[in-house]
Amino acid sequence: MGESGTAEPDGARRVATEARDRVRFEEEALALADQVYRVARRFVATREEAEDLVQDTYARAFRSWQSYTPGTNLRAWLLRILTNLNTDRGRKIQRRPDETPLEESDYYLANRMVASAGEQVLDQERVVERLSQDSIVTALSAVPHDFRDVVVLVDIGDFSYADAAQILDIPLGTVMSRLHRGRRLLKANLAEEAVS
Amino acid sequence: MSDCDKCEELLQGYLDRELSDAEVVVAESHLNGCDYCRRRYRFEASLRVYVRTTAAERMPPGLAAKLADLRTTGASPLGN
Repeated sequence: MGESGTAEPDGARRVATEARDRVRFEEEALALADQVYRVARRFVATREEAEDLVQDTYARAFRSWQSYTPGTNLRAWLLRILTNLNTDRGRKIQRRPDETPLEESDYYLANRMVASAGEQVLDQERVVERLSQDSIVTALSAVPHDFRDVVVLVDIGDFSYADAAQILDIPLGTVMSRLHRGRRLLKANLAEEAVS
Repeated sequence: MSDCDKCEELLQGYLDRELSDAEVVVAESHLNGCDYCRRRYRFEASLRVYVRTTAAERMPPGLAAKLADLRTTGASPLGN
């Protein structure tokens, strides 16, 4: 083949390219840390757990960086690792999550607030007035985790339904039904606070 | 199902930008003509923004450095 003697430089170049790709991967992943943490924080109960979970996620991501396909959604890839780790940590999978019918409509919170304080309560600034920051965090954490995870991914993580389905490894239809129910539960929890 | 019920059913998907084009037309034409649903649409939109901003907690100081320490490239085959 007449290429004897080039094997070593080629090998060295390949190693150098791989090292460069790896550095780039690590930089891109680190740039997403704050966004990953925001989601993690609402998956678990405490800041310490969220920090641990994010650290374990990055440790695993850095080890298995070659299974990431460049050009795909890195943030979703990291969240997929995080979700798996969170499940490995013994979070119980709710096989038949809460099938009791939910009477309230999507407009439930709005209608409860209107009933107690009139239509103008729906104006943006009044929403903020009536719902404290604490009440939102408390109401969200009271939503069972199967539903909450989807709400957190879509509403806080800004993921599409399709991304959420991939991250949680559930069908798209399940994402939609859990999101629907999760948001209704969140609003029912908020209504207790906002109207009482 | 009344038009308002139909609108309510589509509203979350509309806010998520996950509706089909045909559904968007149904939702928007109802919202344009219905004060009741339009108010609720605005309420849902502002609630969404408010939940996002209040529930999103920033990464604690120090975590970024801990994550950077987890990088493996310091021990790359190049030995740099």
